[in-house]
Amino acid sequence: MSERSARRRADGIDDATTAPPPGADQLSEADAAYLAGLAPATPTAYHRQNPLTKATAATMATLGAFVLGGYVGPLAILVLGVVPGAIVAGLLGRLVRLAALISLPIAVSVALVSVFTRAGETVLFVIGPFDATLEGVDFAAQIIVRLFVIAMALGLFGLTTDPRALVVDLERRGVPPRVAFAAAATLETIPAMIERAQTIQAAQRARGLDTEGSLGARVRGVMPLVGPVILSSLTEVEERSLALEVRAFGRPGRRHLLWTLPDSGRQRLVRWLLVGLFLAVAVGRVSGSLPAPL
Amino acid sequence: MLSMRGVSYRYPGYARQVLQDLDLEIAPGDIVGLVGRNDAGKSTLCLVAAGLAPASIGGTLTGEVRVDGISTVGRPTHELAASVGLVFQDSNTQRSGVTATVFEEVALGSVNLGRSVAETVRRTRDAMATLRIEALADRDPARLSGGQAQLVAVASILAMGPRLLVLDEPTAQLDPEGTRLVGAALRDLAATGTALLIAEHKTDLLDGLCSRIIALDGGRIALDGPAASVLEDPALAAIGVESPARVRLARAATERGLTIPAGAFAR
Repeated sequence: MSERSARRRADGIDDATTAPPPGADQLSEADAAYLAGLAPATPTAYHRQNPLTKATAATMATLGAFVLGGYVGPLAILVLGVVPGAIVAGLLGRLVRLAALISLPIAVSVALVSVFTRAGETVLFVIGPFDATLEGVDFAAQIIVRLFVIAMALGLFGLTTDPRALVVDLERRGVPPRVAFAAAATLETIPAMIERAQTIQAAQRARGLDTEGSLGARVRGVMPLVGPVILSSLTEVEERSLALEVRAFGRPGRRHLLWTLPDSGRQRLVRWLLVGLFLAVAVGRVSGSLPAPL
Repeated sequence: MLSMRGVSYRYPGYARQVLQDLDLEIAPGDIVGLVGRNDAGKSTLCLVAAGLAPASIGGTLTGEVRVDGISTVGRPTHELAASVGLVFQDSNTQRSGVTATVFEEVALGSVNLGRSVAETVRRTRDAMATLRIEALADRDPARLSGGQAQLVAVASILAMGPRLLVLDEPTAQLDPEGTRLVGAALRDLAATGTALLIAEHKTDLLDGLCSRIIALDGGRIALDGPAASVLEDPALAAIGVESPARVRLARAATERGLTIPAGAFAR
């Protein structure tokens, strides 16, 4: 057994459940190895899990944190599900910083609104016409905990999954390539638009437009960019779609992808268990058979 | 291969006809150059020949366009893509944005056509070898120079194996070496029976490459004939097309009364 196969087996990946693409058996060993190398790098066992498994875990953690509410449920999801995954992926520190960064602006606004507007009996302090209540603090803290858990879960998925891997895996499972492409192309468009805006801004500045200085000057400097950036983006979208059409992008029927991602019976089982666990919790919360959130 | 009879075309929302009553025949192995000033209708003719106009961009087409004897009207673009390839001027907009390596970018069209992995790999390697861009295989397509990106765009279409290749100013962003490479690759391609229609301002490139030149003016064919005779025709300047350097040199020498040895400015 090769080192790669041994590592995959140790990670619970069964090659037998991942059908090779048609025509792959006619490839030379060198070509097969080259195509396998085109797949995104997967440095850790968590990275190597199938994108759908990681997406399912992130989705169930997100929905679970919402449904469970309180502190104990979301924190249990965090400690038992997300943190171990982040440790295996070697990303715990980075993930915590990312999650804090994402949740901080929302947490601040939630705290301000909830602490001072939530009705309650225990007033902690008063600022002008606003009473800060203990109930408001409790409510805000619960929301912030949930936000943080969700940011951690989604962040772990984002940091360990290359968008291309998700797109390829979804297509292998029957999602139309047009849908998958739309998602990937949207992400691609953002840096292109920023680059174009910078080019147009440089051209405008070369003709004397003042984009530096006071806030007012900067705002005035942005206005002449809006029209050219939007119009040129629309033109580019049209040209790009034509260029894709001549490359048979709209052709119906299955495409034989150059590389696929491993999946396994064990991962399928994990996905269904996660979905089942979430449904059980959701039913328990709706029916009242689960205790009130702690 | 490509047959146009009485073709006129108008873009949606415009009253003016960009192409007017064009007749054009291109046989397998032909290399036909298309010249004309900006706005003469060269790019539009490319879109019509590739079946994108009016199928994808709308507008009104009259007359008849046939590829391999079958009318392009009503045929889906992806069906035509297997037999007609179109390379655009801007390499940036031809990048799919969904691939991480040049190899995958070049292979995309073949993958879309549903070919087997082995065939796609073979065609991709052949196309990259033709344009001598094998060394770019593992590079990010978004991080290439304009010239490299254009070579990748041409390779992407070559890998699909079209029998008619339409190129709209394919060397606009290329340096002289890149231009020479594309020219050599197109010549090799034509030798395999692929028909080529090349819209280009660089008449020096067309001079050594094409068997026939068509000059457009205001959407109509102004000149059509063997490359040597059209490119040496004094009427070319009147429709905003600069003759190749050898023709201009020969004229300048003659005007100054210099004696030019026979064949000194031959193609």
